[in-house]
Amino acid sequence: MKSLKTYPENCVACHVCESACSNLYFKVDDPEKSRIRITETDSQPRMNACTQCGVCVQSCPTLALSINSQGVVMVNQALCIGCYMCIAACPTGSMFRTIGAITPFKCVACGVCTKTCPADAIRIEENKES
Amino acid sequence: MTDRRILAEFSYELKPVIKGYNRRTLYIDLSGKKIESKPVSDMMIDKFVGGKGFDLYLMWHGVKDDTKWNDPENELCIAFGPLCGNTSYPGSGKSIVTTISPLTGIPVDCNVGGHFGPYAKFSGWDAIEIQGKADEEVIVYIDGDSGKVKILSAPDKETNSHILAENLINEFAENPDKRQFVSVVSAGQGAENVLISCLNFSFWDKRRKVARLKQAGRGGTGTVLRDKKLKALVVKYSGLKGDTNNPVDLETLQKTGLKLHKEIEEGDAIQCRMREVGTAHLVEIMNDYDLLPIKNFKYGQSDEASSLSSLEFKKLFTQGLPDGCWFGCSLSCCKAVDGFVPRSGPYKGQTVSVDGPEYETVGGCGSNLCIWDPKDVVELNFYCDTYGIDTISFGTSCAFAMECYEYGILNKERTGGIDLTWGNADGVFELIHQMARGEGFGVIVGQGVKRMKEIFARDYNADPKLLQDIGMEAKGLEFSQYLSKESLAQQGGYTFALKGPQHDEAWLIFMDMVNNRIPTFEDKAEALHYFPMFRTWFGLQGLCKLPWNDIEPANNAETDEPAKVPEHVQNYVDIYKAITGKPMDKHELIRQSERVYNFQKVFCMRMGKGRRSDDIPPYRAVGPVTEEEYLSRQERYDSLLQSKQGIDPAGKSTAEKMSLLREYREDQYQQLIDAVYKRKGWTPEGVPTTEHLQSIGMDLPEVIEVVKRYL
Repeated sequence: MKSLKTYPENCVACHVCESACSNLYFKVDDPEKSRIRITETDSQPRMNACTQCGVCVQSCPTLALSINSQGVVMVNQALCIGCYMCIAACPTGSMFRTIGAITPFKCVACGVCTKTCPADAIRIEENKES
Repeated sequence: MTDRRILAEFSYELKPVIKGYNRRTLYIDLSGKKIESKPVSDMMIDKFVGGKGFDLYLMWHGVKDDTKWNDPENELCIAFGPLCGNTSYPGSGKSIVTTISPLTGIPVDCNVGGHFGPYAKFSGWDAIEIQGKADEEVIVYIDGDSGKVKILSAPDKETNSHILAENLINEFAENPDKRQFVSVVSAGQGAENVLISCLNFSFWDKRRKVARLKQAGRGGTGTVLRDKKLKALVVKYSGLKGDTNNPVDLETLQKTGLKLHKEIEEGDAIQCRMREVGTAHLVEIMNDYDLLPIKNFKYGQSDEASSLSSLEFKKLFTQGLPDGCWFGCSLSCCKAVDGFVPRSGPYKGQTVSVDGPEYETVGGCGSNLCIWDPKDVVELNFYCDTYGIDTISFGTSCAFAMECYEYGILNKERTGGIDLTWGNADGVFELIHQMARGEGFGVIVGQGVKRMKEIFARDYNADPKLLQDIGMEAKGLEFSQYLSKESLAQQGGYTFALKGPQHDEAWLIFMDMVNNRIPTFEDKAEALHYFPMFRTWFGLQGLCKLPWNDIEPANNAETDEPAKVPEHVQNYVDIYKAITGKPMDKHELIRQSERVYNFQKVFCMRMGKGRRSDDIPPYRAVGPVTEEEYLSRQERYDSLLQSKQGIDPAGKSTAEKMSLLREYREDQYQQLIDAVYKRKGWTPEGVPTTEHLQSIGMDLPEVIEVVKRYL
């Protein structure tokens, strides 16, 4: 199973990962459109990206969510009817929506953000046991 | 593939829904094989809103004052409402069915889930109005992808819904992957022979790969469908998206829906557990509070009821699936028993999926008949559904017959050999199969309680007064499954209900009996005004009631009026504005309902009911009819005699005490009628005054004309 692993103890909250992500998928630099979210706190930053746990897949009434051969949860836009039950069901709050769009979005472990991180706080990792 | 002839065909222009409306309705005359589009006027929207309002408006102009249920001009109307079909807010996929009921002779309305409503709406129609009778078996097919409506011959051998719905879905879906885009309305063999019937609205369950069935349960709608030789309605619509309802403010709609999704995610498991067990969670609550009907509503509690608790049904329901009857409903209460194998009837030994049982079915087909095996309740649920029989009226009718059997009014000779001793599930199974076959004593039971009372008095010399007291019907409709004896407000909640005693207008037992929040007649009257109006609104919009108060915000108890769930009322105001773009607040919401509610009331009067005498419950709903009932609650009743009537019960016989209690309770009920009618703007005879109709904006000439006959 492939997923984006976060290491908040390394994170310097530079938000470069959010820029890389939103630029790739929405062609804008907007943290509200990123699939990884960095929240600054008094102590170490909070990092939020899908763990590919699959809880959302069970919640989808149209089977628009599925787990691909690499273990990554994918959203099928053609089947999605934008009910957002998956957003509420996600235990880590890693399914997102943005104004004006119907389909929610999430980290698909593409790794684009890992290439920009200066602090080695995000890595694509594969867990063969799952 | 069934060989079908096209008997009529109608093409229409496909247009997007605008702000929740299509602004046209579909009219089908099965006698003349005529299909037409009718425009929706501004007046219809302003005064009737949509959903049940449109149904009733169309029906009013389709039927005559003396139209009976089986006259060709009787209509079967199915409408959807402006909020219907949105995928953002839980509980938004409801259809509302109306017809002149075979049981009551007045309009009945049913609020039903499944995919038919949203798909028919997105196919281009705000309502479907079916009139006439076909001269051969037909189906009506609405193709919302190509803009065609067809009347097709229906040589189908199958009638029973669990098979027919699946056959038609397979036939009309382009391929197996597209079965979720087809929905079917049907009724089974039972609906051809009895009056206590229902309609089944399907939705294709992609995970289970079966056609699930939701019921427009009350009042005999299935009998009307089959009387018209209409085997089914089929709709196909493949274009569903998250904004097909075309709201003016998608963002607010989505945000409000997401807020409720999260509330359900956090709260349901510790509140009503709708996702685990659906409405079956009520069984143990009702039993704990002495409200679960047992032996035809004689008693409200039994030690044996634990075998029908939601814990037992949880073992049968498949867990962890998004069991919504429309997309986007995260309350997901429509549970199913998969892999069920009936032990009786034509499907004995086959493996089927069964929808439910819901609370009402557990009460009606379980506790009220002393059937304590949950699998027997599931079996009755399955056969009721597939035969097109209403589990509520079936349960209450069987309970009445079993009590008559207990008293010797019925015996094996009169039942054709069926043993109707309390708890004999095999006997009840035989009744339902007879209803499907159209033979035997089952057909008598299937006429409902009102007609059974007449038959038993006429043919078996039974005491009409006893039959009246124990026959749990009013206006011709059977009571649903709550004991109202100790709650005056709920006696009204049931019996004032326009269509007949169903709990969907008001459920006030906890407010009244348990929490004593509405102690005076005026308080009760206010509740019996507000809640029926508020709940009517769901039927105007195409919404489900359950996400209103079967999940509550965590801080709801701290609000001024927790019974109203103020935050959720505001949600409804917000999503109405977000979809339609029209102004709305919590007061206008009630006014919208009040217009349609009073229209329905006048419609009942036009059809010869709606009188004060129609709002009187049988005494079983009000107090103890038999000594054993009195004795089962002797402490309560004795103390009431003392505290409410100032009568010392000591030294009085049970019969004397029962008589005194009855006199008091019947008088209280009459006082309740006076208070409620006054609050509703009606005369003491239950006639809406012209001034009231003017003040709420329901003073159409045709309405005033009917009212004047009674003033």
